[in-house]
Amino acid sequence: MSTTTADHTEDHAHAHGHGLGEAVTHDAAKFGMWLFLGTEILLFGGLFAAYALFRAKYPDLFVEYHKNLDLEKGVFNTFVLLFSSFTMALAVLFAQRKKQLYTTIFLAITFVCGAIFAIVKYFEYAHKFEDHIYPSKNIFYALYYMTTGLHMIHVFIGMIIILALLGMNMKGKFVKGRYTPVEVGGLYWHLVDLIWIYLFPLMYLIG
Amino acid sequence: MANGIAADSTYESYLAKKGFTAWALTTDHKRIGIMYLITISFFFLLAGVTALLMRYELLTPELDFFSTTTQYNVAFTLHGSLMVFFFIVPGIAASLGNFLIPLMIGARDVAFPRLNLLSYWVYLVGTVILMTALAQPADTGWTFYTPYSVETGTNVILITLGVFVLGFSSILTGMNFIVTVHKLRAPGMTWNRLPLFIWASYATAILQLLATPVVGITLLLLIMEKSLDIGFFDPAKGGDPILFQNFFWFYSHPAVYIMVIPAFGIISEIIPVFARKPIFGYRAIAYSSFAIAIISFFVWLHHMFVSGISETAAAIFSFLTMLVAIPTAIKVFNWLATLYKGSIEFHSSMLYALSFIFLFTIGGLTGVFLGALAVDVHLHDTYFVVAHMHYVMIGGTVMGFFGALHFWYPKWFGKTFNELTAKASWFLVFVGFNVTFFPQFFMGYQGMPRRYATYPEQFQSAHVLSTYGSWILGLGIFIMTVNLIAGIFSRKVPEGNPYKSLSLEWQMPSPPPHNNFEDIPIVTDWTYAYGKK
Repeated sequence: MSTTTADHTEDHAHAHGHGLGEAVTHDAAKFGMWLFLGTEILLFGGLFAAYALFRAKYPDLFVEYHKNLDLEKGVFNTFVLLFSSFTMALAVLFAQRKKQLYTTIFLAITFVCGAIFAIVKYFEYAHKFEDHIYPSKNIFYALYYMTTGLHMIHVFIGMIIILALLGMNMKGKFVKGRYTPVEVGGLYWHLVDLIWIYLFPLMYLIG
Repeated sequence: MANGIAADSTYESYLAKKGFTAWALTTDHKRIGIMYLITISFFFLLAGVTALLMRYELLTPELDFFSTTTQYNVAFTLHGSLMVFFFIVPGIAASLGNFLIPLMIGARDVAFPRLNLLSYWVYLVGTVILMTALAQPADTGWTFYTPYSVETGTNVILITLGVFVLGFSSILTGMNFIVTVHKLRAPGMTWNRLPLFIWASYATAILQLLATPVVGITLLLLIMEKSLDIGFFDPAKGGDPILFQNFFWFYSHPAVYIMVIPAFGIISEIIPVFARKPIFGYRAIAYSSFAIAIISFFVWLHHMFVSGISETAAAIFSFLTMLVAIPTAIKVFNWLATLYKGSIEFHSSMLYALSFIFLFTIGGLTGVFLGALAVDVHLHDTYFVVAHMHYVMIGGTVMGFFGALHFWYPKWFGKTFNELTAKASWFLVFVGFNVTFFPQFFMGYQGMPRRYATYPEQFQSAHVLSTYGSWILGLGIFIMTVNLIAGIFSRKVPEGNPYKSLSLEWQMPSPPPHNNFEDIPIVTDWTYAYGKK
């Protein structure tokens, strides 16, 4: 292969810099996150496939037992998560515009929304356990606990990410124009929201 | 060949820094590649020993070496799980991919170096979890089929958890490589100038990304099924055991190509160098990797022809399975055309590459037998499947892996091994492999089922032959390993580019400098312009 070096070209500065350029890092990080989100969808895709199979097999079971789910809490949580996606988007916007304070506020609101979601979910689960409804009760509940439980783990991971983003923002990282982490973290949070948007009707709104 | 990246006599090699943390905390893709190489080689040898034990048991029709049949079941479960999940899936992709991808595309590292280090450690955590399971290992076979895996008292949970953790490593590595190939190619390194190993690694990474999460959720469901008493896969509780098989093979069939496509890439690199000819049908080889990757997602049902699936589905999947043979054959014919009228040099790595073509073709064609619906009903779960699988995995992937070990060895270590010993060990490996596995085609055809510790006497002569073969194979691999380790301590320093390869990774000193390229190269021609200049 014929090669020459990049000496004395426009790339000179870039070629000698040992890190990658900011633009390349930004693009790479976003691209990487999108790929990762694809794997998340396939992860949940397995559960959705199991859901499709068992619902087709036992339609009555699903209609019967979904009535025991707490629809009000489900609706409330759906709006909480939807709102959190909105605040997350605002946090990204303000980080890009280098408004440190607003970024902090909206990241914090997003975090609180995640916490509210988790607390409501805790009461939902606790109530089910009081009634001795465990995953082993039947296929519907097994699916309910598996899907919402796995989603809950994702909410927690998302909240940890938001905490890390808050820390970065406090240190003034985004103000310097390096807002890639908040954008990538935002993508993750939107996915967590999106999965719930599918889970909610599939579990709570049958029949 | 303009040697723009000529050796600087005072460069610092990537191997220069010593010490535990200099390795354990490195973000250098080359070091991470070497760490993978050592780890997977360890698991390969360990899994190889379990195979030798199984073959030893099979010398006689009765159970004599193992004291219970469960021990035999444990042995083949360990052999399969270690080989598949801890050697061959992460094997070539992670070890060679890490070392070679940035060098071949003219980058200083992968896109996410710290994530890359994390992937290695996650892989290691997976192996540690698996090792703790060794105290009471599973006896389910590497496929963990339900309902048996749910019912057995052996430790299925830990072994599947280990594989689950491993999946994260696989996904992160795949994501890292895709982004690296997209974003970090040197100026002038266009898609159609990429070395074919890069194309192969890229196709593999896509498979890792799309298939691995599905086996992740499958194993998670299995773990929950066992620990929380759920009935997803248990018909008694309304579940469906076939669902597990569907999930499992939706990953594990594409995974077969995660295992073998990197080897295609290796062969495509070795052959033009030692035939001194441009690779024939560059684009056909590059794109056929993608054709294989795509088709591989639509063939999983061919593992389940006798699992009670609908005949229509079986017929469709049988047809789709045949389709895989087309892109695969395209590759084989292109390699042969590259060899045609070439000036062939039989370097040890070339011997492995040539054995790859021969053995993989046998493995591929017997795969067509098994993909044919009616034939499969007869051959399903027999030694014919065992032989086919090993012709693809050892005859294909492992031959490619051994070829790569001998080919890039001077690049990695700046040292070389004894070539005569390497050729001798190749001969033993080649002969030993065929003596071990060729008789198994006949055994399987005559009805010898897989996974049995005891068998009717009529099969004994074939089994004895197969076991003798395994000893030859084991001896060959042992000599090869000793030869390669001894090479590191030898004083023989090869030239920087001993094969006069035109590929980018050879246009730099060996071992490579810590930072790969002082100046990012500008690429002006494709990798395979042999004989033109």
